[in-house]
Amino acid sequence: MSENITRRAVLKNLAAIAGGILAMPAARTCKAGVQNVLASSNAPAGYDPFQHKWLMAFDVDRCIGCGLCVEACCEENAVPEGHWRTWIERYVIKKPEAGSGKTRGETVVDSPDGGKEGFPRLLIPKEEILKSFFVPKMCNLCEHSPCTQVCPVGATFDAPDGAVLVDKSYCIGCGFCIQACPYGCRFLNPETHTADKCSLCYHRITRGLKPACVEICPSQARIFGDLKNPAPGLENDPLQQFIAKNKVEELKPSLGTGPRLAYAGLDEVVR
Amino acid sequence: MSANILTNVVDALPQFDGYVYPNERTLHPLWSVLIVVYPYITGLVAGAFIMASLVRVFKVKALEPIYRLALLTALAFLLCATLPLLFHLGHPERCFEIMMTPHFSSPMAMFGFVYAWYLMAVLLLELWFDYRRDFVEWSKTQTGLRGIIYRAFTLGVTDISGPALSLDAKMGRIISIVGIPSAILLHGYVGFIFGSIKANPWWGNALMPVIFILSAVVSGMALCVFAYMFLCWARRITADMRCLDLMISFLFYALVLDAAIEGLDWLHRLYSAEEGIDVLKYVAASKLFYTLLIGQACLGTLVPFLLLGTMQLIRKKVGELNRRRVYFSSTALILIGVLAMRWNVVIGGQLFSKSLRGFMSYKMEFAGHEGWWLSLALLILPFLILTAFIKYFLATDLPTLENVVPGAPPPAGSRPAQA
Repeated sequence: MSENITRRAVLKNLAAIAGGILAMPAARTCKAGVQNVLASSNAPAGYDPFQHKWLMAFDVDRCIGCGLCVEACCEENAVPEGHWRTWIERYVIKKPEAGSGKTRGETVVDSPDGGKEGFPRLLIPKEEILKSFFVPKMCNLCEHSPCTQVCPVGATFDAPDGAVLVDKSYCIGCGFCIQACPYGCRFLNPETHTADKCSLCYHRITRGLKPACVEICPSQARIFGDLKNPAPGLENDPLQQFIAKNKVEELKPSLGTGPRLAYAGLDEVVR
Repeated sequence: MSANILTNVVDALPQFDGYVYPNERTLHPLWSVLIVVYPYITGLVAGAFIMASLVRVFKVKALEPIYRLALLTALAFLLCATLPLLFHLGHPERCFEIMMTPHFSSPMAMFGFVYAWYLMAVLLLELWFDYRRDFVEWSKTQTGLRGIIYRAFTLGVTDISGPALSLDAKMGRIISIVGIPSAILLHGYVGFIFGSIKANPWWGNALMPVIFILSAVVSGMALCVFAYMFLCWARRITADMRCLDLMISFLFYALVLDAAIEGLDWLHRLYSAEEGIDVLKYVAASKLFYTLLIGQACLGTLVPFLLLGTMQLIRKKVGELNRRRVYFSSTALILIGVLAMRWNVVIGGQLFSKSLRGFMSYKMEFAGHEGWWLSLALLILPFLILTAFIKYFLATDLPTLENVVPGAPPPAGSRPAQA
């Protein structure tokens, strides 16, 4: 072994190797950046995400809990059994007990099979019920989406048009985003082993169609629109009109995720 | 159809109480026992390193017998730290994307860098500088596989002149100084992975990284005591009581600090009683009764606190053998208690729905990659690696080794003070 190998030389070599390894992420990030610009989503050629801002609103009072939206979503997006990109919750608020001094009793929530087959008859006797309603749920299209923030590789991202998408060819399946979503909208797809969620039917909306759940809803409880391209004259655009005519609110506003889904007729018990 | 039946069966299982979001109705929590093992192992690394740096940085001479053992323990566990994560990933083959195309706002992405930094720039480098002289000397006397290993680890540098050795010692100290914040960063980030999840009231908490760091220091110090006592027992030699007593003192004060901060966390939660506090109280008192109240609070904290606290007060009146017995059982309890703490954080945070209206249960599987046997294997693996390290780098039959007999003064020239 040669005596003239010095620590300085060894450290230099080690530093060079470390430098090379450290330089790689930067190079790869640049490459990924270029790919991002040139990459194709499942949007058709010519679709410019910067020219749109999609939004969904819900008229809670109109939802009849038929479950068609859930079924349509599962069919359209081949959602694996036991997982949901959209679902319906049934809220039953009981009357307060006499003399309890409260305005309402216990709240019972259920969503059997995500509401896909509709809802079974209530076991709670009619005379005990104060009020009951259905709430459709899906990705809240957050302005500051926590799921995007925590993804270690950037496989989930906020598209400029308002959709929050997952690149399943890139997701490592760590589940961090699923933990970070306060609304329970994400799941680990057992077939692809990657995170999965509502994509707003991206393959449809980028071709001028409505999401499957909106298309099928028989009571028009779901209102979908493009904020950047409203129907001519604001008063003709169903989404803009809905927002103008109703007092709308969002889910779990205290978390600061800036959910964009607009709900009209929400009760305080809904989380 | 069969999937449909499965879904119905899952729906009918008594593992869900109240209303749970449909996507949360899974057979086992998304982050299961593997993710319990991950922060546990990482914490042991950080704690063991802090123990070692007490010698180097703070010049606590009495702890010198365990300096190398602590560093080797840290390395053995660090080598296994990412394995649980890797086994847990849906696509482990894409794991290097975390470092190749990192998303800088993600705590998990940053953990990859902190881990790499800590392994390559701190631990391996510090060990190399510390062992360099020994590698050179052993490579001259040892043959066979050992000789090859030692020769390879010299990295071709065979200069062991006085100035070179004093430079080694200086470098070792500098790396140690850099290493302390690095070790804290390493485990603080693990805590931040949980603390950053504001969707979960059990996790989303500014104190979470602090609690993780403190419990890491406690568990790592306990592991050093445990490993040292075990090694002395295995080699049929008497442990250096001065070193042991001092380690236990540090461990005791770390335990007090850790328990105080964890207590503060609960006090704050209960007093501020924010949304979801009823859910957390229920989880703590019933779902986690055995692991939180019995395992973590009583057996893992209170009992060792009382035992070690008593030893602090009446150490001189207790015989060495009894003292060793108390130390050994206390550190074993602390190690179990910190494992219980990791369980309570990771699993506890997934026993209630984010709707705050329902609860899930968790029954550990035996086999499969979410099964407990794999986690157990991953917990045993670092001990096997440590055994190999001890065989090759702390062996009693190697000449000029400062740890031939624990407690023996280091040979002249290995530290600038003696050079």
